[in-house]
Amino acid sequence: MKKKSLIRRYTPVLITAVLFTAFIILLPSYKDKALSSLASQIKTMLLVLPPIFLLLGLLDVWVPRETLMKFMGENSGFKGKLIAFALGSAAAGPLYGAFPVAAVLMKKGAGFSNVLIFIGAWSTTKIPMLIFEMQAIGYRFALARLLIDIPGIIIIAFAVKKFLSKEDIDKLYVKAKEF
Amino acid sequence: MDTIIMYCIAAVLFVLSFIKDRKKTRQALMKGLKAVEGILPQFLSIIIVIAVSLALLQPETISRFIGETSGFIGMAAASIIGAVTLVPGFVAFPVAGELLKNGAGVLQIAAFVSSLMMVGIITLPMEIKYFGKKAALIRNAAAFLFSLAAAFFVAWAVQL
Repeated sequence: MKKKSLIRRYTPVLITAVLFTAFIILLPSYKDKALSSLASQIKTMLLVLPPIFLLLGLLDVWVPRETLMKFMGENSGFKGKLIAFALGSAAAGPLYGAFPVAAVLMKKGAGFSNVLIFIGAWSTTKIPMLIFEMQAIGYRFALARLLIDIPGIIIIAFAVKKFLSKEDIDKLYVKAKEF
Repeated sequence: MDTIIMYCIAAVLFVLSFIKDRKKTRQALMKGLKAVEGILPQFLSIIIVIAVSLALLQPETISRFIGETSGFIGMAAASIIGAVTLVPGFVAFPVAGELLKNGAGVLQIAAFVSSLMMVGIITLPMEIKYFGKKAALIRNAAAFLFSLAAAFFVAWAVQL
């Protein structure tokens, strides 16, 4: 990874922080709401991220590339897709947690469509969320969404793969190696 | 609940790893930390943006958009709101359920929930960091279109 200086890397954070401060000073009626949602977002982040990154490190150190390639590689066929679905659906946390995991999967040689299926499953077929959706909105609604989302995830995965050239994908894999 | 399960799994594997090979475990820990630090700047700025957008877009605002407008425009508005917000499911689902009870269309709510889950405009900078501009933009565009299609299916299935 090209190591940019610490200050340069954190410049966007400083800018958004300044804008945030300006926002709550200029629009004081939104202050409480903005601060409480900032606090709850930070709480979610601090709560959700540690196990994900720990698991990520363990996966990277312990699972040999050959094994992962066998199970999720470009030639793993239906089994690979099923594993990608299962991994994504079993996860917890917002979608942003899925990206670093996807990068490690790529580094370990998972097929690109399987990585995309994993992202799709993480975004929308998470099992605990599904149960909650049934209770909050209705079981017909949740099940219908699940039913249409499964082919949808596969279609989106293939669409993304179709639009990218071989070099595009290779580049992403080279980048993933930096983890 | 699901977070607790993640912690349990991570803890068990960590202990197993530590028993088996201390050096490797240390390495895993360092890699995890390095990855966190690598993405932290993006995370922090995104979180601030989310906080502001959540403050501006309150449930009442959302319901004004999709509760009273019906048809395709309401649905498009619902998908766009879903795409640009990042609300965890345990906040969004009860709101969606409440809106449905108060007369919002299933079509609109389904479009909102689908694009909320699958499309992430706010997290796009992070997605681009890992997947590049092209893949990230195509994935989000495809997911947006799909969530419109999915909304029709869900609305149809619910009324069956």
